[in-house]
Amino acid sequence: MVPQPWCVRRLWWETKDSFSFELEPQNGSPTYHFFPGQFNMLYVFGIGEIPISISGDCGKAETLVHTVRAVGPTTRALGNLKRGAQLGVRGPFGSRWPIEEALGKDLLIVAGGIGMAPLRPVVYEVLARRREFGQVSLLYGTRSPDDILYAKELQKWGQRKDLETLVTVDRAGPGWTGNVGVVTTLIAKARFDPGHSLAMICGPEVMMRFTVRELETRGMRTDGIHISMERNMKCAVGFCGHCQFGPTFICKDGPIFRYDKIEPLLSIREI
Amino acid sequence: MSDAHGKFIFERDDFQQLLDVLVGRHYQLVGPTLRDGAIVYDTLTSAADLPVGWTDEQTGGSYRLRTRGDQALFGYAVGPNSWKRFLHPPVVRLWQATRSGARFEIQEEAQDKAKVAFLGVRSCELQAILIQDRVFLQGQQVETRYKSRREQVFVVAVNCAQAGGTCFCTSMNAGPRVRSGFDLALTEILEEGRHYFLVEVGTEAGAEVLRELPHRPAQEAEAEAADRICAKTAATMGRTLDTTGIKDLLYRNYEHSRWDNVAARCLTCANCTMVCPTCFCTTVEDVTDLKGEHAERWQKWDSCFTMDFSYIHGGSVRATPKARYRQWMTHKLATWIDQFGTSGCVGCGRCITWCPVGIDITEEVSAIRRSEAVRNAEQNHGNT
Amino acid sequence: METLERVVADHPFARGLARRHLELLAGCASNVRFEINQVAFREGEEANEFYLIREGKMAIELHAPERGTINILTLGGGEVLGWSWLVPPYRWSFDARAIEPTRAIALDGKCLREKSERDSDLGYQLHKRIAQIMEERLQATRLQLLNLYEVHA
Repeated sequence: MVPQPWCVRRLWWETKDSFSFELEPQNGSPTYHFFPGQFNMLYVFGIGEIPISISGDCGKAETLVHTVRAVGPTTRALGNLKRGAQLGVRGPFGSRWPIEEALGKDLLIVAGGIGMAPLRPVVYEVLARRREFGQVSLLYGTRSPDDILYAKELQKWGQRKDLETLVTVDRAGPGWTGNVGVVTTLIAKARFDPGHSLAMICGPEVMMRFTVRELETRGMRTDGIHISMERNMKCAVGFCGHCQFGPTFICKDGPIFRYDKIEPLLSIREI
Repeated sequence: MSDAHGKFIFERDDFQQLLDVLVGRHYQLVGPTLRDGAIVYDTLTSAADLPVGWTDEQTGGSYRLRTRGDQALFGYAVGPNSWKRFLHPPVVRLWQATRSGARFEIQEEAQDKAKVAFLGVRSCELQAILIQDRVFLQGQQVETRYKSRREQVFVVAVNCAQAGGTCFCTSMNAGPRVRSGFDLALTEILEEGRHYFLVEVGTEAGAEVLRELPHRPAQEAEAEAADRICAKTAATMGRTLDTTGIKDLLYRNYEHSRWDNVAARCLTCANCTMVCPTCFCTTVEDVTDLKGEHAERWQKWDSCFTMDFSYIHGGSVRATPKARYRQWMTHKLATWIDQFGTSGCVGCGRCITWCPVGIDITEEVSAIRRSEAVRNAEQNHGNT
Repeated sequence: METLERVVADHPFARGLARRHLELLAGCASNVRFEINQVAFREGEEANEFYLIREGKMAIELHAPERGTINILTLGGGEVLGWSWLVPPYRWSFDARAIEPTRAIALDGKCLREKSERDSDLGYQLHKRIAQIMEERLQATRLQLLNLYEVHA
């Protein structure tokens, strides 16, 4: 599959090192269908191609939004794209967050750092069908108040009565009156029935492991917990072999996995 | 003398005609030839290009050619190449792109439609091709380039008349006799002053080619001669690998000390992955010209032994040689089974021969198995 | 009107305490309120009290001359503020400041320390609970130290 031409409709910076952009197709269908949790391979001409989770609303098929952290040559090049600039898109790839499995249950969404991006589509979808779920809590931890993604949206969500929005940062200055502490400390504050919940977690692997541990302490079973894994990817279709994690290919068996299914792999160093 | 059903005889002296018939049907000929001290697979122009009268001596870390006492055409095992370099080439351009202003256009590379005849495919190699077929053709996605090349291939298989020094195809249920997946299968017989081939037909395409060649039905005695040769090959394998419960054996032993042992020897040179007929990992390279107006994407063979292979923001997941060797071996023998339903190994022995320090995959498995047996015995003894 | 004993019993810290220990705690307890920016204690001061937070938010802070005030951890309703009263040298290592109006039970740590010397059962119950809190804080601190959200090159 060759990259399809899409153009930057607009690009804006969320924090000092992360930005979001909205794409529109150059040819072909003006809608893009994906499921929360899926990713695209984005190609910047002459520089490279990288996997980026889709961070927009899958209910709005006429928009395609990604959020990227500028850490390397390709991500920095993406951040420099101007309105109208073209990039290549291949996708969508990967498994999805199992929103259907959460119907009628409490839902715990736990995001760490840039992990908030692949989880935002879940929040959108759940809010669009809010009555189908029990308690819904969004727990988001990041490094500092300056690193909070989607700050305005979080504020709006924070005002909703049907969504518990808890935000924490690892460190803060004196001006911050929110929570300070790692994201696992928010779990004790969240309202959910551990015996009747589903959890979706995305962030650095260590953060996800500790979050699961905390959820288990609270009485959740690992077959109700789903995490998003990341590994080196080149082809995104299971042929290049780079994204292997034990017997799984993160690009097609993941990136979303049910925790109990990969738990043994997570404890093997350098697997 | 009765006929051996479905088997035919084809004389060595007529061998050139097989090549001519294939060329006449617009096949490019690829087969074994001698180059740089090894028997490699390359384009053939005539039967004279074959390594007639040569054989190989293989052991861990060593490959030597010797002349035989006879004029066998296929009297050797396998060399450093496999047919993988034709079906899954080491370097492939996927597409080119030209830029004008903020826009660019991609031109995909055309599919490879050349008809190719593989001459002298061994059973292990045929199994390896079928294994790669499962990877590229039978998953959720189909690798269309591989499919296109694969559909154009005519396979003339050869049953090995001798086992190589590092061979263990019988352990992997991959030979020495070809079972399926060929158009024609030959067993070379040099006996009692005669030099001929027993031919078996695998497909209609094979039958069509045979029809154009001088041949006659085989007699029982001739079929039995072929059987004896194959049986002798099966009985003289250079190595064995016990595959009993091997997937679970390796899954249980990710932290075994044997991995440290092999890591102390492994140079992570990636030879094994290059010579292995089933290793399929690739990388993608995006390149551009100096003006930034023309870009290309290339696909190249890659190896899990490199540091780059598992690199994610800030570091490699498999930073140590131990982790990388373990990845290769457990993938080949264990996780491959969960991924594709078969072992990834065909017992061709190339990884043993071409490892500069002679690491032997059969020995590594054996060591882990043995230590488990010892541990179990000790535990049982402790219980009495 | 709820008794102090009732209020103490309701706090997670007191879960599982025997009646007589609850009474002891209540005997050393008093209701406190912190307004926004009110300081509960400062680094270096003698640690004679600790607080069972009922609602609100307290920040544990450290001041470094070149960096200003650093907020290390926030604690809210149901959590416990302070363990330095139980561990020598009984001095606070950090500042604690209210960043939301906070209601808490103040417990006379010095008094409880002295009672624990005589009643080792009480001492064990207090240490058990404080050890649990320390474990959670230590783990959380380690994760904060790892700076997980940084890209490590």
